[in-house]
Amino acid sequence: MTEKVIVKVGMAELKAASGEGQLLRTVGLGSCVGIALYDRFAKVAGLAHIMLPSSDIARDNPLNKAKYADTAIPELLARMQEIGAVMPRIVAKLAGGAQMFSSVPESSTLRIGQRNVDACKAGLLRYNIPISAEDTGGNYGRTIELDSSTGILFIRSVQFGAKEL
Amino acid sequence: MNEWERIGENQLDLLREIGNIGAGHAATAMSKLLNKPVNMEVPQVRLVPFDQIAEQVGGPEAVVAAIFLRIEGQVSGNMFLLMSVQAAKELVKSIFPLEPSSSGDLYFSDIEISALSEVGNILAGSYLSSLSDFMQASLSPTVPGFAVDMAGAILAYGLIPFDETDALLIETSFLDGMERIESHMFLLPDPDSFARIFTLLGVPAQ
Repeated sequence: MTEKVIVKVGMAELKAASGEGQLLRTVGLGSCVGIALYDRFAKVAGLAHIMLPSSDIARDNPLNKAKYADTAIPELLARMQEIGAVMPRIVAKLAGGAQMFSSVPESSTLRIGQRNVDACKAGLLRYNIPISAEDTGGNYGRTIELDSSTGILFIRSVQFGAKEL
Repeated sequence: MNEWERIGENQLDLLREIGNIGAGHAATAMSKLLNKPVNMEVPQVRLVPFDQIAEQVGGPEAVVAAIFLRIEGQVSGNMFLLMSVQAAKELVKSIFPLEPSSSGDLYFSDIEISALSEVGNILAGSYLSSLSDFMQASLSPTVPGFAVDMAGAILAYGLIPFDETDALLIETSFLDGMERIESHMFLLPDPDSFARIFTLLGVPAQ
């Protein structure tokens, strides 16, 4: 077995990779959501680490598409298609969207985890991409790795250890 | 544009002085809590870029104990107090010297969480009250929240309202007898509040 190459996806970044042996990794997802997309026939994987549900309130100029659920999904799909993915074969897995501090008032804009998850689902539905698995919510952080050879999403958390989707 | 780029040494010096006074208040309050003399060291105040905040505490995956307070009032923002899990355990031990420490490396009992939250209140509150005195404006921190988790997952919370920006890092360490307990305090004013802080302090940003 060949050594896997780790491709780091930072906060508010997105990356696509094709072929065997690549692990797309993003660390420390709290209220942020990791959108993992995979075409298992072309072996093309894509991972986005979004922070906010919608780019409507974006102040950044130029816009960082990877930061918002609504803009990250089409951008990631485009990147994956450039390297061989075919739309109807792409499936999604979601992880993250936690509520890290229960002390934050219900009304606060900081209660963003669930809104992020909802926005990701709405965005995926718009492109008819099925969600095959998700590990969202809770009150803990997650580190995730998407394997380009298999589409398996590895999830690690401090309290609950490792699991696979 | 990056707001912090307009902040010069003058502004930072004033924040350091405010930090010194805050540390004085904190030492007094901590001595009462621990029932023994506590020395606060002069805090270091500096600006840390958005993507390097987690690096200050060992990287986004490093497990830290965190206390989070939301600040409301004329100036609003988020405040974090981060320390290593080991430092948090030592702190708990000095607050409850006779209690056996709770089992598990990452587990904190309710009473320990409550004590650590109080320490967060004291440290953050001391700095905030010093800041609010200088600004002659009211600042009210919310009830603190506590978490032990990956630094990246915790800090992303405070970064949500931001585009690429810097945070104000106040490094505090205190000496409890011979033990030195280090903690990092991050103040992230909301974007709208940013300029207001310096205007109220009488040193408007350029």
